[in-house]
Amino acid sequence: MVKQESESANRPDNTAFTQQRLPAWQPILSAGIVIPGFVLIGLAFIGIGVALLVTSRSIQVLELDYTGDSNGSPCSSCSQSDIANCKCSLNFTLTTLFQGPVFFYYGLSNYFQNYRRYGASKDDNQLYGDLSSFTSPSSSCSPYNYDSSKKPIVPCGSIANSMFNDTFTLTRTVSGTTNNVTLDGKGIAWWTDYNIKYRNPSVTPLKNAFNGTVKPINWAKPAYELDASDRSNNGFVNQDFLVWMRRAALPNFRKLYRRIDASGDYQKGLPAGNYTIDITYNYPVRAFNGAKKIVFSNVSWMGGSNEFLGIAYLVIGSLCVVMSVVMLIVYAKFKFPDEE
Amino acid sequence: LLCLRANDSTFNLSFRYANNAIKTSKYNIFTFLPLNLFEQFKRLANAYFLFLLILQLIPQISSLSWITTGFALIVVLSITAVKDAIDDINRHKCDGQVNNRKVDVLMDGQLKNKKWMNVQVGNIVKLENNEFVTADLLLLSSSEPLNLVYVETAELDGETNLKVKQALTVTGELGDNIEALAAFNGEVRCEPPNNRLDKFKGTLTLNGERYALNNDKVLLRGCTLRNTEWCFGLVIFGGPDTKLMQNSGKSIFKRTSIDHLTNILVLCIFGFLASMCSILTIGNAIWETNEGSVFTMFLPREPGIDAPLSSFLIFWSYVIVLNTVIPSSLYVSVEFIRLGNSFFIDWDRKMYYPKNDTPAQARTTTLSEELGQIKYIFSDKTGTLTQNIMTFNKCSINGKAYRDLYDFSGQRVEITERTERVDFSWNNLADPKFSFHDHSLVEMVRSGNPETQEFFRLLSLCHTVMPEEKKEGELNYQAQSPDEGALVTAARNFGFVFLSRTPETITVVEMGKQVIYELLAILDFNNMRKRMSVIVRSPEGKLTLYCKGADTMIFERLHPSCNKLMEVTTNHLNEYAGDGLRTLALAYKDLNEDYMIDWKQRHHEASVAMEGREEKLDELYEEIEKDMMLLGATAVEDKLQDGVPETIEQLAKADIKIWVLTGDKQETAENIGYSCNMLREEMKDVFVVSANTAEGVKEELHEPKIITNNKSGHVLCHIFRNARRKMCPEAAEEPTVIKSRVGLFWLKKTETVQDEKVDGDYGLIINGHSLAFALEKNLRLELLRTACMCQTVICCRVTPLQKAQVVQLVKKYKQAVTLAIGDGANDVSMIKVAHIGVGISGQEGMQAVLSSDYSFAQFRYLQRLLLVHGRWSYIRMCKFLGYFFYKNFTFTLVQFWYAFFCGFSAQTVYEDWFITFYNMVYTALPVLGMCLFDQDVNDRWSLYHPQLYAPGQKNQYFNKKAFVSYLIHGCYCSLIIFFIPWASMNDAVRNDGKDIVSHPSFAFLLQTCLLIVVHTQLSLDTYYWTAVNHSFVWLSTIGYFAISVTMYSNGMFYVFPSSFPLFGAARNTLNQPNVWLTIFLTFLLCILPVVAFRFIFIQLCPTINDKVRYKMRTEELTAPAPRRLLRRRSTRSGYAFSHSQGYGDLVTSRKFLIKRPLKMTALFTQTDSSIFQNQPQHYRTIAEEPQSP
Repeated sequence: MVKQESESANRPDNTAFTQQRLPAWQPILSAGIVIPGFVLIGLAFIGIGVALLVTSRSIQVLELDYTGDSNGSPCSSCSQSDIANCKCSLNFTLTTLFQGPVFFYYGLSNYFQNYRRYGASKDDNQLYGDLSSFTSPSSSCSPYNYDSSKKPIVPCGSIANSMFNDTFTLTRTVSGTTNNVTLDGKGIAWWTDYNIKYRNPSVTPLKNAFNGTVKPINWAKPAYELDASDRSNNGFVNQDFLVWMRRAALPNFRKLYRRIDASGDYQKGLPAGNYTIDITYNYPVRAFNGAKKIVFSNVSWMGGSNEFLGIAYLVIGSLCVVMSVVMLIVYAKFKFPDEE
Repeated sequence: LLCLRANDSTFNLSFRYANNAIKTSKYNIFTFLPLNLFEQFKRLANAYFLFLLILQLIPQISSLSWITTGFALIVVLSITAVKDAIDDINRHKCDGQVNNRKVDVLMDGQLKNKKWMNVQVGNIVKLENNEFVTADLLLLSSSEPLNLVYVETAELDGETNLKVKQALTVTGELGDNIEALAAFNGEVRCEPPNNRLDKFKGTLTLNGERYALNNDKVLLRGCTLRNTEWCFGLVIFGGPDTKLMQNSGKSIFKRTSIDHLTNILVLCIFGFLASMCSILTIGNAIWETNEGSVFTMFLPREPGIDAPLSSFLIFWSYVIVLNTVIPSSLYVSVEFIRLGNSFFIDWDRKMYYPKNDTPAQARTTTLSEELGQIKYIFSDKTGTLTQNIMTFNKCSINGKAYRDLYDFSGQRVEITERTERVDFSWNNLADPKFSFHDHSLVEMVRSGNPETQEFFRLLSLCHTVMPEEKKEGELNYQAQSPDEGALVTAARNFGFVFLSRTPETITVVEMGKQVIYELLAILDFNNMRKRMSVIVRSPEGKLTLYCKGADTMIFERLHPSCNKLMEVTTNHLNEYAGDGLRTLALAYKDLNEDYMIDWKQRHHEASVAMEGREEKLDELYEEIEKDMMLLGATAVEDKLQDGVPETIEQLAKADIKIWVLTGDKQETAENIGYSCNMLREEMKDVFVVSANTAEGVKEELHEPKIITNNKSGHVLCHIFRNARRKMCPEAAEEPTVIKSRVGLFWLKKTETVQDEKVDGDYGLIINGHSLAFALEKNLRLELLRTACMCQTVICCRVTPLQKAQVVQLVKKYKQAVTLAIGDGANDVSMIKVAHIGVGISGQEGMQAVLSSDYSFAQFRYLQRLLLVHGRWSYIRMCKFLGYFFYKNFTFTLVQFWYAFFCGFSAQTVYEDWFITFYNMVYTALPVLGMCLFDQDVNDRWSLYHPQLYAPGQKNQYFNKKAFVSYLIHGCYCSLIIFFIPWASMNDAVRNDGKDIVSHPSFAFLLQTCLLIVVHTQLSLDTYYWTAVNHSFVWLSTIGYFAISVTMYSNGMFYVFPSSFPLFGAARNTLNQPNVWLTIFLTFLLCILPVVAFRFIFIQLCPTINDKVRYKMRTEELTAPAPRRLLRRRSTRSGYAFSHSQGYGDLVTSRKFLIKRPLKMTALFTQTDSSIFQNQPQHYRTIAEEPQSP
């Protein structure tokens, strides 16, 4: 008994942790929680679903396909020729006011912006205004990094090269006179893209930065001349370019083209009347069974029209209520925790 | 043949023998990195991830940045490397410690103190008392007479008794004469290094003469010198060549059944992965021909890659993208959880034994979940179930029973440690350790009651105990059987002190008065007689025969006048037997002088007869041992460890079968079976198979036939058949064996003997000799079938090898998880063979503990180890695996669905960083938290309802079926997680009209949905929410958003412009109501069905767990009252006596009464005399020969 103090040297510590006695909450799927829970969730879902559906129904959407697949459609001639800047026009009539603010989208389908090699085919550093990447674009842009004469392409890569290049003007015919509807192209890209992610090299004039480079093969004009009307809207921060570069996740997508400028007659949106869209048809999609369309839409608090969400919420909500009834019956029949 | 010469280093060096340094470490500083990496990449999983990493470095294939795999691989490799490094540093330390021990070495004519590692073969070293033996030495000389040396071999074979080694006389003459030793130039030739501890062959050539060397002359490394002042030895084998090191070979690496299952499942997942990739490859081929070829104006093909080649590359790209179905962190996490559970075992205070300060210890950290699946327990008896202490517990003297205490109301009082003990202070020779509680017995004996005095006189005279007086007045008994020791000690305390003996006399102090009895004869014990007697003459000249033995034997030989007393005593004996006590009946007989002279004469003649001596002696004994007067009976308790019967009852309730495998005699084993409630009176039958003698089998079969070895197999077969027919008449003759194939690629064939239903409880006792036959090929299934039909199986007189064979048999044909528990070196074999080996620690021998996987001090901790820790570990591991597979399926299958919408281009739907962090950061902690802390019900309820253990045995929580259900669940969730956002985002725009369905924001949306869903699923699976679980889950969820917002922030973009493709996604989507509505919808669609399903499932068919969980909620359990095991009166004989034949002659033969040094115990085990052969089973030896008939 000499080693009295070392007697229990090996005794484990008596803490809640080592003895696995940590205080704990031990929830159980009891009928008192599950069944009312399902009812509540179900009712809430039905409520949300109704609200979503009503909201969604109030949103006006106008879709106009102008691929020109079928003979007789306005752009069929353009779609079959390879002429650059082929013109065609679409007419449509609004019987009621198209509530503003109205957004003007172009849509493409069966177009794989989300293809892996396509998506990788750009040079982030170049687009960030790094001049060294101007002279030697990343190999990820291949085969659109150098042209046939070995000159670097800026902006390089498949995404930039395939930039959507149809242009549209919208006119309204009121009692025989044709008025241009002003389209606003400012701030249609994400703020983060415009202000941070994409950047022109700090060279003035911008044109000089592109010395020794060539424009993408499919482009009609070099990057620094994309918007002749607004000098600040050129280079990599051109709004249309930014919108295009934000690669779609799915093969059918729409991208914002313009906003209807809410001024004058159009303060409340597009008034009823006859409209014409004049299209400069450049972008070929028929080769890969693609389709092009124009979409006018207004938005609500929950974004654009979205029937799916509303219906889904309604269906799930009803299922929850049904489930809760089923569970109640099962519970009433078996009464598990009570019977012993 | 090995050859070496003493003191001749140049000669010995030419053979390049290993020097005495040992090295158990694997690496040094420079070799660590390459060697360790090489070792790690030998593992299939690591090699696979290296292969993936290489794939990812090929630009045409790489669909993911190499970081995704690289990060995980580096983390996994470094964790393992750190663990290996720590292990190796410990080994280095250990090696260093051993190598730097000092020893005196004879060099250049003088003794020099040198380090062990510098000792060379051929050196002469000097060892002193209590020193470790440096290397394998040839003993040259010693301080003790006859050149004896005493060594303890506990470290080698676990035996704690001393062993004797003796040097050759020719070398012994050298003594401690340094000059003579320095000049010693003997040449040793011996066998090369090997691992046989019990064999050594060699010769010593000295001055032209050759001397044979054997194991007796060799001191092995690992022994300790005891009781020997000094000795000199010649180093024969050093370091790695020593037998100790040769024996420390690779231990068998045990793997759990979950491990095997996981490996198979991983292979299945590989197949699954390959088929997914193939489907996508075909999809890509179709897409490339139909769409890709016409989409080239926007996406030209890479030069030299046409559609088929592109598809081929896509296969590998998808291998990379979908590799996350097999998470690299699986194995590391599994190890981590097991380690955590092992720590909880180490830390458990309820498995800590304060008496010898021994905590439980998980010596293997990789088996913890297997503890929750045990089906069979194989237990040793002595030292495991019992304390190996015999106590004189009760007695019946002249029809009056002593020891049971009754309170005033006549109720039997439970005897505990606090019960008042009888005060023996009046007797200054009393043994202070002895305790007794019935005061009336002391009063009786002190009042001079003649029967009581005669009773204790008998106990003090009729035995073969040797007294030993180490110090003046300190009396010790050397009893060759612990029962006798207990009886003689009891007599001593009640005032009949056995003091000393000579061949002719026995000196006893009777109530303070010294009396010398003349010892006329000892009628020795043997297994047939089951009794022993002495004939003594008192100083007054009265001749008396005192006899003690089995009640059945004594009662047949009583004087008719004792009939009434016999009845009363029988009642008492039945009571004792019911309590599982070992009983002996005591009787005496007064003899008359003339008869005695005549008898003595005949006895002498018989004992020198050349023929039929035994029979003649038996006859004589029979003649004199009759018409005896009954004195009473004793009951000795083979003290069980605390809580053994309760533990066994608990384990039995958990449907665990317990087999006792012991080296003990049949009676003692049977007795323990009853006392720890394994055998019960109400059992329908207890089959005893003891074919160790031909007679035994004859008796059993009523076939008057001498059975040869060959036939006894036949006989056994009959016995088994008969037993089975009795237990289950409709059982088929042939066992139902289910053959199946399991293992990797289903290569392993298994045969499983089915369990059979039996009405009622049966027990089976089988002895080693029968077992030897029963374990042979043609009989072992018979044995197994019969044994498995019995509730209780006790195998007695089995050898260590047979123990292992029995375990192996059950392991092989039952495909069940086995556990072996034992304390001694003879249990090592079964501990190693069983799935889990448990050692009883805190005792002297460490061998069993050293080869065990778990160790603790008391048998009763087994129930906590299995029913609490084992069950929790199993549940945790199953939950972990299930959840882990689920979460990775969900994660990966989303990518599979996305493939159909991105032209099968191996475009990942998530961002690279998310893939990198998903397993290692975002979901790592919550799942670890759950799998370290989760408990469905707490420990008290687990012990209260042992039935909760059953699902583990049946492998219910994680099996192939469960795996498929996790796969389906993962599939479902991934469908929801992909298609709900897909549908709701299809044409969606932000509420400012801008686009939202860009790839980065879609990716971010899916990631968020996924993470919320898997965390909620985890929360549903978690039963036990500690603060840690809460913080892990919430921190991981918040952490995900925090990391996302940080990673996609302006600052990070400025620093690494091209590293974070999802830049801006978080803030541009998280402020949109429709995004949140989508997340919410996805989340509930994944979770609600699970909740509903579980709820309904609980209602329809609640499991025992559900029931207990609900019960636990409603009632706070107060600790269950200790249940007293109900004992019944027994009609069987409680006789058991671990005594053996031969001691009678011994104590009367002069040679053993010579005063010997205090190392008597050593001599007891060492000598080759008859005493060793007749070693009672109580002193267990490794090689137990079955008794020959």
